[in-house]
Amino acid sequence: MSKKKMIWIFLAAAAFAFLFPILLLLANSLMGQEELTASYGGILYGSKGDLEWKLFPMYPTLRAYIRLLLDSPDFFVMFWNSVKQVFPVLLGQLLFGIPAAWALGRYSFRGRRLLLYLYMILMILPFQVTMVSSYGVLSFFHVLDTHWAVILPGVFSALPVFLMTKFFQGIPDSLLEAAKVDGAGEAGTFFYVGFPLGLPGIISSLILNFLEYWNAIEPPMTFLKTKSKFPVSLYLSSITLNDVGTSFAASVLIMAPSLFLFAWGQSYLEQGIIASGLKE
Amino acid sequence: MPRKQHRIWRIKWNCTWRSRKKLLPWILLAPSLLGVGIFTLIPFADVFRRSFQKAVGTGFVGLENYRTVLDNQAFRLAAGNTGRFLLICLPLLLGLSLFFALLLGKLGRKGNFLKSGFLLPMAVPAASVVLFWQLFFDREGILNHTLKNFHVQGPDYMNSSAAFGVLVAVYIWKNLGYDMILWLSGLLGIPESLYEAARIDGAGEFQCFWYITRPLLIQTAFLAGTLSLVNAFKVFREAWMIAGNYPHDSIYMLQNLFNNWFLKLDMQKMTAGAVMLAGVLGIFLILCQKAEERWKQ
Repeated sequence: MSKKKMIWIFLAAAAFAFLFPILLLLANSLMGQEELTASYGGILYGSKGDLEWKLFPMYPTLRAYIRLLLDSPDFFVMFWNSVKQVFPVLLGQLLFGIPAAWALGRYSFRGRRLLLYLYMILMILPFQVTMVSSYGVLSFFHVLDTHWAVILPGVFSALPVFLMTKFFQGIPDSLLEAAKVDGAGEAGTFFYVGFPLGLPGIISSLILNFLEYWNAIEPPMTFLKTKSKFPVSLYLSSITLNDVGTSFAASVLIMAPSLFLFAWGQSYLEQGIIASGLKE
Repeated sequence: MPRKQHRIWRIKWNCTWRSRKKLLPWILLAPSLLGVGIFTLIPFADVFRRSFQKAVGTGFVGLENYRTVLDNQAFRLAAGNTGRFLLICLPLLLGLSLFFALLLGKLGRKGNFLKSGFLLPMAVPAASVVLFWQLFFDREGILNHTLKNFHVQGPDYMNSSAAFGVLVAVYIWKNLGYDMILWLSGLLGIPESLYEAARIDGAGEFQCFWYITRPLLIQTAFLAGTLSLVNAFKVFREAWMIAGNYPHDSIYMLQNLFNNWFLKLDMQKMTAGAVMLAGVLGIFLILCQKAEERWKQ
């Protein structure tokens, strides 16, 4: 019994340590300007005085958020850019990915295994391998430095196809056969049985890819030049850090969509992680 | 006569229908494959071709570009660092995440909410948490300040070889939960009855782990290893955010190098480098696959 208690205490402490960075960002974003200068002045402005960091603000205020939202138009523009880049990617992934995954998951045909391997390898390759080739093709289509330069390679990434294939494969054959016996055609079988039963896979693919593309750093950094087209993931690195209060607020607002999505869909996320590793 | 005609039509219809059914998966796959072909495969084939050519014109130079890359000082540094990072981080991450998964497994369903704490970092964008890392690992930052209370003077993390440790810590923080989920799903696949039988035979905790858990988790290990390798390349996001294009030598990775080659439009080195990186990863994955198959037998 006491051993179990020790495990509890140990794991709770470790989990707290893992959450600490997030907690600190959330709490410090509510600090006022003076309090922050007093705490981090030594690091940020090179002023005299020791670091006196603390987790919770003495005088919580929303000033930093108000300053960020009202006085920094850049932030708005970049946040909106992120939306404009991420959602088309997700939509495209569904549009092209679902039919492909349905074919790979539910039909047996020649070359199927080979194609699955292809998608798997593409999923594993790091960005740096495909960076030059993507640059070449994007400049060929004259879409460099536009939102399309980030969207198009994202739409045809391999992860959603691979992931949804695994979920479609997991649908019991008997259900699909029953639908066919009842007279549903190929399309009917998909829409009445395949789609609803594969929905968890589609959702988990959406969540994993949202987290991935909301956090996109390398593609926009490589394929975009104009600052006004940058996504919000490059916000903090493209401004000078002269106001730590708004930086905290920006950090929190950047991660807010991801955190909400995590809170809502953690079980889908876990299913997705497990499925991305499933072998046949 | 009309009846015969009718039958022929019917047979024809059946034939096209059947071949249509055979074609159906390909029709469904076509848009995706076309996109993958246009945006990944054909351009990569072009990069492969160009890696054997001169920068200007189309002169064939054989392995010249590859030799240039391999002789390049920065490349050696970056490849060495990346290799070292993978060699240290992958076993460390796999070991730690397995340890936490085993502990969490002991708590049963009640421990589920703790899992969220470990998994949440993977949802946090690099752009958000970079501020924390800067404040935490600064020379006068939170970590050193805390260490001072114990009369230990910490190094200037980002400007010394300790930067490597920072990167390892960030990688572990980000990926521990992810790997833990993989291990937990592997552990769930082991029937409880095996442990019960072993305990009746007098096996202790460690023996249970060594003779039941360990061999049955091998497949999960390969899988978690592969996915962790993929994620290891993504640690560049944090690294670049914290340290920029020219970080301390100890964390100058292949990703930095590719990025800087790109900024200098050094296409020759980039093409040869990309082909080599793809080749090395491909060989590594094939070896893994082979090792796993041998293990199963």
